[in-house]
Amino acid sequence: MTTATATLTPQQYLARQGRWHPLEIAFWLATLLPYFLFPDYLSLASQIAAAALFALSLDLILGYAGVVSLGHAAFFGIGAYTAGIFSKYVWGDVFTGLVVAAALSALVGWASSFIIARFRHLTLIMITLGLGLLLAEAANRAHWLTGGSDGLQGMDIWPIFGVFHFDLYGKTAYLYSLAVLFVMFLGARRLVHSPFGLALRGIRENFVRMPAIGAESRAHIRTVYTIAAGIAGIAGALIAQTTQTVALESIGFQRSADVLVMLVLGGTGRLYGGLIGSIIFMVARDQLSGMAPQYWYFWIGVLLIAVVLIMPNGILGGLSRLAERWRKR
Amino acid sequence: MNARAAQDAVAKGAIALRTQSLSKSFGSLPVSRDITLDVPVGARYALIGPNGAGKTTLINLVTGMLAPDSGQIFLGADDVTALEPQARVRRGLARTFQINTLFAGLTPLEAVTLAVAERDGIARRFWQPLAANGATIDEAYDILRKLKLADVCYQVTRELPYGRQRLLEIALALATTPRVLLLDEPAAGVPPEESGDIFEVVAGLSDDLTVLFIEHDMHIVFRFATHIIVLVAGAVFTQGSPAEIAADPAVREVYLGTREHG
Repeated sequence: MTTATATLTPQQYLARQGRWHPLEIAFWLATLLPYFLFPDYLSLASQIAAAALFALSLDLILGYAGVVSLGHAAFFGIGAYTAGIFSKYVWGDVFTGLVVAAALSALVGWASSFIIARFRHLTLIMITLGLGLLLAEAANRAHWLTGGSDGLQGMDIWPIFGVFHFDLYGKTAYLYSLAVLFVMFLGARRLVHSPFGLALRGIRENFVRMPAIGAESRAHIRTVYTIAAGIAGIAGALIAQTTQTVALESIGFQRSADVLVMLVLGGTGRLYGGLIGSIIFMVARDQLSGMAPQYWYFWIGVLLIAVVLIMPNGILGGLSRLAERWRKR
Repeated sequence: MNARAAQDAVAKGAIALRTQSLSKSFGSLPVSRDITLDVPVGARYALIGPNGAGKTTLINLVTGMLAPDSGQIFLGADDVTALEPQARVRRGLARTFQINTLFAGLTPLEAVTLAVAERDGIARRFWQPLAANGATIDEAYDILRKLKLADVCYQVTRELPYGRQRLLEIALALATTPRVLLLDEPAAGVPPEESGDIFEVVAGLSDDLTVLFIEHDMHIVFRFATHIIVLVAGAVFTQGSPAEIAADPAVREVYLGTREHG
């Protein structure tokens, strides 16, 4: 430890952990750049923002509480279908759509959390996988409601505030997705630096010790799982609203696997890992599928293996280790 | 419990922890046989016995990490046999672990703050900055200071010297403000010249706190224990004051061997 921290009081020391780093501010300012530099790619950028939000929600359960899920797309899909169906039959306002989508996916998350919180490791992976497959098949079967493999058609999304139409270039879509991502990020950031966030890190660091300090780990896991499901639902709703359709893939296994890859690429347990990972994954997919439409996943596989071998804690983990080494010189 | 009531309880010899005919088998191997113990409030009980006698198993049964096949556990007057480990902790039963069971990636300040926050029910607050709970943090720091861990409280636990980690084990248990504290070989693996720090902490514990500790070093047992329980092959072989145990030829035979204690 440096002498600077030695003079901090315990309260100051813990308060400092929640303070904004200049790099964070730089990151969020940089998210506005696509608007000016890549106006042709704003549709992609808005999908990246939604994917980043989805990865952020997975980070809360995986990176902070150590709960591995292979079925997280269930909540993404519920959010997407809810937002889509809500706009089709009830009300086209985007914000109401987000709230309804978040509420329903959080409700399903809460209900399944009672099973989730009882298990860990391989059992948990199988249970989340099973729940995900179950919901995907249900969405496929409910053709009358979801459009099944044809996708949900006939969504009616109103302009934001009645003024900003979702244009062909994705300007509105991007700014809207980015704004929602930022607001949700602020919430997640607050959670991570709360007493509850500390308890989640406790669960991740030593699950056995938690009951020995009187902690109700299962109640904590239920809470964070419900919150993460709600955020995943909002991410799904964003995709539905900005693309005006919901594909069956929204709720499929592939999406659960992809979000895990994004998070692991970027680095778990750092909030920004999912954001960085989703940018790399989505841009790589966009570029690679242009070059080699049939086998672009090959390169994603290469990228994933390379990152995990060289930087076991993801790209952000590797960078922070480099920075630390630099500082110690 | 206020100080006066606590003193009364000590004076009356009230029972802080009681096990009634506790038994447990792993398959066909009995590891605890019909263990009945009464630990009075404020006592310092040592649990000794050869390796494999079932000392840690007994602590696991008492704390609820293992379920007994039969028998009951009472904390004060309450039957806690059916309670989960965390519920027992909240009723005032804390333990430390023989093998460090710490939050490796947290700093001691974070870990002890977490334990205090869990005790006070603050740990479920996800909407509030941790730093807003000044009293919780100050209390955690105070515990660390008393255990001479203040100078390392901002260092990641996994980087602490082993002896400091043993102290953090005790700090985490104390942060739950226990009435009964179970110490499973608090100085296990610590070189003798450093174990003094740990037993200084044990010696300085409040008089109304009831302590049951497992220890192999007989010097330490005879120095700190007011009462000794000898466990052999999962059963209570004998128990009594340190003087009685020291004079018991049968204990010498099964446990102490022919070696003289200090």
